[in-house]
Amino acid sequence: MRKTVQNLKVIENLQLNDDHHLLQLEVPDQLETIFPGQFANLLVNHSPGVFLRRPFSIYSVDYIKNTISVFIKEIGEGTRALGQTPVNSYINSMFPLGNSFTIPNEPEKILLVGGGSGVASLMNLAQELNKNLNDVYILIGARSSADLVELEHFSQYGTVYTTTEDGTQGEKGYVTNHSILRDQFGQFKRIYSCGPEPMMRAVAAKAKSQSVFCEVSLENTMACGFGVCLCCVTETIEGHKCVCTDGPVFNINQLKWQI
Amino acid sequence: MRLHRRASIQHKSIKMADLSTTIHKLELKNPVLTASGTFGYGLEYDDFLDVSLLGGIVVKGTTIHPRQGNAYPRMAETASGMLNSVGLQNRGARYFATDIYPKLTKYNTNVLVNVSGSTIEEYIACAEIINELDHIAGIELNISCPNVKEGGMSFGTSCGSIENVVSAVRKVYQKTMIVKLTPNVTDIGELARAAEYSGADSLSLINTLLGMAINAETRKPVLATITGGLSGPAIKPIALRMVWEVAKAVNVPLVGMGGIMNATDAIEFFLAGASAIQVGTANYIDPTITLKIIDGIDSYLNYHKFNKLSDIIGCLQL
Repeated sequence: MRKTVQNLKVIENLQLNDDHHLLQLEVPDQLETIFPGQFANLLVNHSPGVFLRRPFSIYSVDYIKNTISVFIKEIGEGTRALGQTPVNSYINSMFPLGNSFTIPNEPEKILLVGGGSGVASLMNLAQELNKNLNDVYILIGARSSADLVELEHFSQYGTVYTTTEDGTQGEKGYVTNHSILRDQFGQFKRIYSCGPEPMMRAVAAKAKSQSVFCEVSLENTMACGFGVCLCCVTETIEGHKCVCTDGPVFNINQLKWQI
Repeated sequence: MRLHRRASIQHKSIKMADLSTTIHKLELKNPVLTASGTFGYGLEYDDFLDVSLLGGIVVKGTTIHPRQGNAYPRMAETASGMLNSVGLQNRGARYFATDIYPKLTKYNTNVLVNVSGSTIEEYIACAEIINELDHIAGIELNISCPNVKEGGMSFGTSCGSIENVVSAVRKVYQKTMIVKLTPNVTDIGELARAAEYSGADSLSLINTLLGMAINAETRKPVLATITGGLSGPAIKPIALRMVWEVAKAVNVPLVGMGGIMNATDAIEFFLAGASAIQVGTANYIDPTITLKIIDGIDSYLNYHKFNKLSDIIGCLQL
């Protein structure tokens, strides 16, 4: 699908907890395929302190209702304004942007590892992998049980495991300490991860040490979202690459991470 | 997308004003160009608009040797603007000539290349390669990039170094040469005169203003390079003042830029003395903004009963 800028109508705004919202946005034109890992860059209205758009993973796509959903964690003025957008108002959206996760040709045993708002890019992926009969396991980490949202939705597409830093749900500790990573890691043919960079680096180190295919989705700060400002670069074996167009998904072997 | 809505200029029943303008030998169908570094090579915008509708595009800053640019983070959002410290990341003039230039010949508009370097020899070598490309209408000589350690802005802050680099490139480049000035100087009029005297056919201004951002929580600078170039509407008043000062100091046509977000902003630059304008940072937020600005300039001229753009250039009422 070509990149486009359109005003999308908010047809649902689900408040998932104190600071997480799931917005369903109606697309006026007929949607073509949006691939897992792609994102939308949203314009923030009526926020004088916000100048640039804000990028969000496309959380899910409903081709029948012709909608895309975005998962918004309120962090600052821009995300707060977007998260609290009332139903029936419009958000100017640039989408679909970026590349996508690589889907295996044959069904495989696959682990998704998400932390914080990074889980947003994994929902569309889990759905796609499940559709292609992959054996999907989803490991999600958060600070506390209140931050673990949409678990039921994820469980439709795979087996869900959780960790919380305060031990209020699942195993206590960081997602990278979960027993599945310790005891069953070797069974997985592919690992996909999105979340805080230290978490992704730890997952990538584990995958690299056991030569498991691993893709991560990066969240570098960007100004444009379509490859012209060159602000969101990450270092790769082929030099600086834009996270917005060459990514956000990178195979860990492309990245110059010291892992 | 089945019904992809690419932006186009709205055709109105009333007669369009004459938006054409001239920069030395360049005939522009309208006065709206895109600022280097904010429009890629134009190709990145093909999904969004018909680039040929613009007065021209200035493609990404090009150097003789490939450059990786500066480390990440390279961008900080600021009040009504942003800082960048990209540092002229590009694949070099030869790669541009062989791999990118052939894709740009489809555009039915003026394509200019922003030329930069660390030494005078590098500027010359880069300009010589661009001089061979028939479809490139001119160069914008970048002596004002604040984000490189060597060259860039340091060439643009004294009359002597401006004369050296501009006159050297003038000897090897035959087509229209616009010299892009930095605002990070005490007396921009004096430097503009030096560029004009040394052979510039036109001057463009302003490049970004040197600034910095600090994260109070981490007590660290936001940018990897500590300082960067400020752009966006935050700098428009400074840009207008400098265009006005330079218009009084030189006779060559000016290309104004700095925080232009809409047609009214553009009109203000024409009144201050610019013959054409460039849109920069606004392209990031709305990739079709240039077409809206062209449309808005036409509306302004019609509303105020001017037949042509040249009726308002430099016509600030004092």
